[in-house]
Amino acid sequence: MNWLVPLVVLVPLVASATTLILGKRPQAQRIVTIIALVIVLAIGAILLYTVDLQGSLAMEVGGWEAPFGIVLVVDRLAALMVVVSALVLLAVLVFSVGQGLADGDHETPVSIYYPTYLILATGVFNAFIAGDLFNLYVGFEILLVSSYVLITLGGTEERIRAGTTYIVVSLVSSMLFLASIAMIYGAVGTVNIAQISLRMAEIPIDVQVILHVMLLIAFGIKAAVFPLSFWLPDSYPTAPAPVTAVFAGLLTKVGVYAIIRTETIIFPGPQLNIALMIIALLTMVVGVLGAVAQADIKRLLSFTLVSHIGYMILGVSLGSAAGTTAAIYYIVHHIIVQTTLFLGAGLIERVGGSTSITKLGGLLKAAPIVAVLFFLPALNLGGIPPFSGFIGKLALFEASAQQGSPLAYVLIGAGALVSLLTLYALIRVWNMAFWRPADDVEGYESPLLDNVKEAPGGRTVQATRRLPGLMIGATAGMVVVSLALTVFAGPLYSLSARAGENLEGPTTYVDIVFPGNSGPGDPDPGGTDD
Amino acid sequence: MSVSLVLLVVMAALYASGIYLLLERSMTRVLLGFLLVGNATNLLILITAGKVGSAPIVADGVAPEDMTDPLPEALILTAIVITFGVSAFLMALIYRSWKLARQDNVQDDADDIALRTGTLLLPSDGSDTDSSDTEFGLRGEAAVSTAGELEVELEDAADNATSGADTSTDDGSAR
Repeated sequence: MNWLVPLVVLVPLVASATTLILGKRPQAQRIVTIIALVIVLAIGAILLYTVDLQGSLAMEVGGWEAPFGIVLVVDRLAALMVVVSALVLLAVLVFSVGQGLADGDHETPVSIYYPTYLILATGVFNAFIAGDLFNLYVGFEILLVSSYVLITLGGTEERIRAGTTYIVVSLVSSMLFLASIAMIYGAVGTVNIAQISLRMAEIPIDVQVILHVMLLIAFGIKAAVFPLSFWLPDSYPTAPAPVTAVFAGLLTKVGVYAIIRTETIIFPGPQLNIALMIIALLTMVVGVLGAVAQADIKRLLSFTLVSHIGYMILGVSLGSAAGTTAAIYYIVHHIIVQTTLFLGAGLIERVGGSTSITKLGGLLKAAPIVAVLFFLPALNLGGIPPFSGFIGKLALFEASAQQGSPLAYVLIGAGALVSLLTLYALIRVWNMAFWRPADDVEGYESPLLDNVKEAPGGRTVQATRRLPGLMIGATAGMVVVSLALTVFAGPLYSLSARAGENLEGPTTYVDIVFPGNSGPGDPDPGGTDD
Repeated sequence: MSVSLVLLVVMAALYASGIYLLLERSMTRVLLGFLLVGNATNLLILITAGKVGSAPIVADGVAPEDMTDPLPEALILTAIVITFGVSAFLMALIYRSWKLARQDNVQDDADDIALRTGTLLLPSDGSDTDSSDTEFGLRGEAAVSTAGELEVELEDAADNATSGADTSTDDGSAR
């Protein structure tokens, strides 16, 4: 099944080139994009199935042997991430197709949106299956550069302003990542993750800590952990709704994924676990306090996104298989739910003409479907019992309690508090936007009036804002998937547990890349190939 | 591992000045800072290659120990290409920002200011930010603050001139 591995990256890349050629035929572009993502979803599902049954796959690109050539590694975690992100990318794409069709593609310039979106997918998938630190960097760059284009889509003044912050911060993190790769290469003479893991033990501990901290800062900016998270709520909300949804769901999680790999394979020791736990605590608390203060739904959701990254870092920082398992389940849950909420915010913007809760009201009557589609994931994110948010948090707390240090118990308390505050922030949105009657809104203007004004030149005056079926369908599909995370929590959690066991210590990963444990693979310790 | 001191000093200087420029508010300086930091990082990768040797081409009489490590150079090439692409995009961004707002500085987030001062502004719907792609979109008229007055003055002057001409022709016809 090895031949399937590179297809995960190649299919969206080739499809992107195809859509670029088809620039003048948007219908063909849409079809190609959807087909490509469906294919990747299918490949991801097959990979997950085989990897789970028969063990992980390592593909040596171009037939070059492992430490010298580039190696692509698919273990349970990577396969699971590929499946979930393909699902999210597909749902958001359907949503944006619906929006684009309804708006006559004002929001999404016809010719470049689909190619860029596919390039973003390529970068995300490449980052997930990279078995090589430099290939991971290239994956990051691919997804970042396409995200630069997507976040400044249309080039309006507001988006340029927000995009500038995002781009400059991302550039700094990329440079930091590249510099850490250079220093790791200088220290251990290889960029192959498995080989780095083997050789890192021989490096003096102080050098190890420097390299470890540099990598964590570079990934921390991308994952938006606390002191490095301030760019996110500034930049995400201005982008078009589907773009924000896919960014919020996937891009930060790629950073968290890289942190998991760093913590479990490159530096498996407990060196920085205490520091990570404190960072997790601060990320959770500061993020949610920001969310409580916001009046704009998209910004509020961006702050809850930052806050919930803290939960994942908590799982990673415990340094146990149980912690990693809980973090993996939480990542899957959070990708789905956060994306759904942003899609819901997109629907609210469409129905209510705004995303500010001071301006919205009476949406429950105006659009009951949207109300349901927002309410379910909101409760889910807040961690109300039957939903997957509750299961994920419970697993995290259990893993913390197993670890048993005083700090772990502080984190449990903070986690519970943050979960309540998240619920408070989201219920405030619900109360203001959906529950209260429109008459209570000061200076309430019907969004229909707004719509009449917007219509260009009075040629086509739309009487009502209808909700395109595709947008509702995509959001509803995501809600169903998020509910499925609860219904199938058992199998999914045991899959996460098997993935977490794979990551308990680096040996499993090293065995994938160097089978038969001829392991060290160190005929020439200098690492000078050839 | 032996390292060339010159490369090390140049790298440090590039990093220092690059980071200084990155911290500026002017976008053009941020771009220059990014270029300097990018090149400093490329030098850092080059330094990790260690001892300088002959070209890494397998030939008679060249022992592998005498060759330069080729991998860092491959990495640098990739990094250069990425830096190149990103700086092209940055330049487009700066130009667009200049075209729209006539400013080169990184702007504060309006919502952040609103939150700080306690006046929660209602976010704009985005519909009014659409502008035609002209040289003087949106705030273009602010670039020359007296342009409007100037125009009025010019019109007045033109009116005077034509009326003057009229009167003169009138005078002429009357004569």
